Amino acid sequence: MTLQHLPALQVVVPLLAAPLCALLRRPTLAWAWATLVSWAALVIAALILTQVLTTGPISYWIGNWQPPWGIEYRIDTISAFMLVLVTGIGAVVMPYARVSLAAELPADRLPWYYTMYLLCLAGLLGMTVTGDAFNVFVFMEIASLSSYVLIAMGPSRRALMAAYQYLILGTIGATFYIIGVGFLYLMTGTLNIADLAERLPLVENQRPIIVGLAFIAVGLSLKFALFPLHFWLPGAYAYAPSAAAAFMAATATKVAVYLLLRFFFTVFGEAYPLPDMAIPVIWIGLSVAGMILASVMAIYQDDVKRMLALSSVAQIGYITLGIGLDSEVGLTGSVVHLFNHGITKGALFLLVGGIALTTGTVTIASLSGIARRMPLTMAGIVIAGMSLIGIPGTAGFVSKWYLILGAIEEGWWWLAAVIVASSLLAVVYMGRILEAAYLRPAPPGQEAREMPLSMLIPAWILVIGCVWFGLDTDLTADIAGRAAHALLGRAP
Amino acid sequence: MSMMILAMLVPLGGAVLIALLNRAPAVRDGVTLVTAVAMFGVVIQLVPEVLSGGRPATDPWQVLPGLELRLVLEPLGMLFALIASSLWIVNSLYSIGYMRGNEEERQTPFYVFFAIALSATLGIAFAGNLFTLFLFYEILTLVTYPLVTHKRDEAAIAAGRVYLLILVGGSLILFMAAVAWVFMATGNLAFVPGGTVAGVLSPLETGLLLALFVFGIGKAAVMPMHRWLPAAMVAPTPVSALLHAVAVVKAGVFSIVKIVVYVIGIENLSSLGAGEWLAYVAGGTVILASIIALRQDDLKRRLAYSTISQLSYVVLAVSVLTPLSVVGAALHIAAHAFGKITLFFAAGAIYTAAHKTKVSQLDGIGRRMPWTMVAFAVGALSMIGVPPTFGFVSKWFIVSAAFADQHFFVLAVIVLSTLLNAAYFMPIVHAAFLKPAPHDPHPHGEAPWPMVVALTMTATATILLFLLPTLPLALARQLAGLP
Amino acid sequence: MDIVIAQFSNTVTVILMVLGLYVVLARGNLIKKLIGLSIFQTSVYLLYVGPGKIIGGTAPIIAEGFDVYSNPLPHVLMLTAIVVGVATLALGLAITVRIHEAYGTIEEDEILKKDGDA
Repeated sequence: MTLQHLPALQVVVPLLAAPLCALLRRPTLAWAWATLVSWAALVIAALILTQVLTTGPISYWIGNWQPPWGIEYRIDTISAFMLVLVTGIGAVVMPYARVSLAAELPADRLPWYYTMYLLCLAGLLGMTVTGDAFNVFVFMEIASLSSYVLIAMGPSRRALMAAYQYLILGTIGATFYIIGVGFLYLMTGTLNIADLAERLPLVENQRPIIVGLAFIAVGLSLKFALFPLHFWLPGAYAYAPSAAAAFMAATATKVAVYLLLRFFFTVFGEAYPLPDMAIPVIWIGLSVAGMILASVMAIYQDDVKRMLALSSVAQIGYITLGIGLDSEVGLTGSVVHLFNHGITKGALFLLVGGIALTTGTVTIASLSGIARRMPLTMAGIVIAGMSLIGIPGTAGFVSKWYLILGAIEEGWWWLAAVIVASSLLAVVYMGRILEAAYLRPAPPGQEAREMPLSMLIPAWILVIGCVWFGLDTDLTADIAGRAAHALLGRAP
Repeated sequence: MSMMILAMLVPLGGAVLIALLNRAPAVRDGVTLVTAVAMFGVVIQLVPEVLSGGRPATDPWQVLPGLELRLVLEPLGMLFALIASSLWIVNSLYSIGYMRGNEEERQTPFYVFFAIALSATLGIAFAGNLFTLFLFYEILTLVTYPLVTHKRDEAAIAAGRVYLLILVGGSLILFMAAVAWVFMATGNLAFVPGGTVAGVLSPLETGLLLALFVFGIGKAAVMPMHRWLPAAMVAPTPVSALLHAVAVVKAGVFSIVKIVVYVIGIENLSSLGAGEWLAYVAGGTVILASIIALRQDDLKRRLAYSTISQLSYVVLAVSVLTPLSVVGAALHIAAHAFGKITLFFAAGAIYTAAHKTKVSQLDGIGRRMPWTMVAFAVGALSMIGVPPTFGFVSKWFIVSAAFADQHFFVLAVIVLSTLLNAAYFMPIVHAAFLKPAPHDPHPHGEAPWPMVVALTMTATATILLFLLPTLPLALARQLAGLP
Repeated sequence: MDIVIAQFSNTVTVILMVLGLYVVLARGNLIKKLIGLSIFQTSVYLLYVGPGKIIGGTAPIIAEGFDVYSNPLPHVLMLTAIVVGVATLALGLAITVRIHEAYGTIEEDEILKKDGDA
């Protein structure tokens, strides 16, 4: 009975929990409640994933209205995979958040933080489960508005400007998306994604449809910070509270990429093959530019969080590159990198947030000699950094391996070279952090201490994940392969 | 549990113990030594099975379809594992003397990373397919980085950058591309006698693939990928001795030999004629590095360039592409290891006892440090290839193979480089024993006894292996498929 | 000219869209940017509602004598979008107030100068 309603519960539980959280005026109570809800969401997501893997895609009719008239929640392999990623990161970040946030925010704001976090979680999950293009917009705005608040809560006043910029660009992105959906609706009269896919081939006048696709692609690209639409991202991630930065870096952009996959492949794939619209060329071009230029910019950052944020822009380039390759191998690389980069960057933001706890802002200079004070934290950064670079045996290698195979499959050797060249740039910027932390002498009077276990353990769970999913890929690459297969429209 | 996995776990367990014993240096040093002996004890148990033609293997662990972690032991890996594990014992003894004699800081991390590096080295030796080899190759680079930057001054940081960028860059760009290419072409990465890409790739493609491997495996220090090796000399001498004369660089040439034999295939390569350029690149490196070595006044840098030259000997031997030359290559891996570690031990002993690092400061030092300098002379003779040292044996095989194959370029390189070797080593021996010592305000004798014992042991081994090369020879012949 | 008149609703939509976006990008005053953003969002309401209205059509209630109905769905969708728009504007203004408290100005260039980024 309940099992049948899992898709609705996935969204409704955090959504309803959020206002309750605002009523709990005690920070610890609000935290406990939000943590409980995060873990419940993870359990629901895991149940959904097993169900999808065993019995195939789930279709849930909201209010029992039959689609395409009613809103349908539709969960297939890739959306179930995304649910697990989002809720998993949420469940890991929450235990970390308590101490970290207590140090960064005034106590009276803490319940509001957790409220906004739960709303953001609900929005992201809603974007993933819903099978209705307009419903996506609503959830997108729920997730976005709450994340603007999360960022604005950041400890320095720069967080306010970062949140404002994100608000402007994020709203433009969402509005572009809704304009694009409007065009599709005008031409087909439906908003249901599966129904859209069926009706699009029947439309004779193709121009409005292509315009709609362009609006959707640009709008979503703004949301996931495709180079050069990434200007909001470095500030937003650098000045947000550490826990929020880790959560959003690992999930928010990934869900937007997921939506893009949906539109590119599920909705348009059959009637409008991507190469017909020159999308692979544009996409690979922008991805490569992002991978190289954002990495180079990251090298010159002194603020470590900004460095990591720019590195995210570069890593998003890897993900979109796989989309541009438009092949099963490439797409598998994309999907698996969604997950692998999620845990890798999540781990790095959590660990750097731990350093920020004692040193305030984290610059390369402030890291000098910190490895002796915080050996476990730095060891975690080393391992997660290796995953970021793509050293074999780590999660990052798995995704890069697929992308390189995808490039070679097309005979594009130069592209394979670009992929590895970008990893080499990652060696340089991670190397700057390690040199400072391990080899430079500590300034006198440095009082950094290892962060408390409640922060260290969640961070290390993700660090271990970086290695685990580099050696055992049954959960990641296997599912990603199936998802890619399904997205390309070949029956599983 | 497989003995191979046990052999790799022993140093890891040792590393944990060493880390825990930070407060008790005496016990910690003892643990290092015991770990080294234990690892050698495990490794040597594998010898009889390999000699009788067995190929111990572990169950594959699949990472991705086609990408498996698997250990398979074959003769070359056995030889490499034996060299690395036996020399680690001696090197541990030496390290204890060196680190204490020079009152180095941060000795615990030093021993910890050293032990992990040995574990990774065994991983390379035991690697049962290209992916496993690649994995441990990368790990070895990363765990030796802290050893290179051990001193933590500006020079060490700069050297660390060169080290990481050349080794990681080379492997991530070229080596990985080559691995991916083999995977795309054949669908598997296994090591198969005769080569997996035989009959799959065209001559041009095979040549290109070989180039990706040879230059991608930067640890082999084939020019122009050699710059990291002189830079790495800022590390403490035990690191230079075991890692940058034995484990790390040998991992490079070992990988190249293994790939040529089991991935590309010797017969395949010689019938396609796609590997001729390799002889010229390797020969060029041999000669150029020797000439540069002549001009180095810093003893360790001179040894480093000598290493670059000697490593390319191995590659040169492989490039002749006959079974006999492969025997020569395998033996040279062993011969150079014992000779060069002796030379580095001597250099470290001189630094510890006399605080001298330059060749020009060594006049008359043989009278103060007779054991050290005699050992140095033995090592130098082995480098030149003079009997009764092991270096003669390997050179003999390479020369015979080149003769049999009428490969006159290789012969010319060997003759010329032998002269050059003599030219940069013999003056040191000559100066040490025959030139009068300048007045020294700080009289000194030999280095601490563990160091002297260690270098005497390796020098003796160099001579013993000339007299009794049975084991390495048997393994090398098995590798080349000779009876 | 004819096409402009024939496509009156669409023309207005496009003008509002471009105008709004221009104001967001060209203005340095945080409030003016938000006004631009609102204009931009308003254009979307027209984009949806315009084609949904059929001249002569009534509200979609089944009754005697009325055969032509306007499409109700775009109207409903835009109700939601308006709510979202208002929420965005409110949040944007709230953040602007906080920025004014923290920096004493709402001019973008002055704020960047105060943070030393410019």
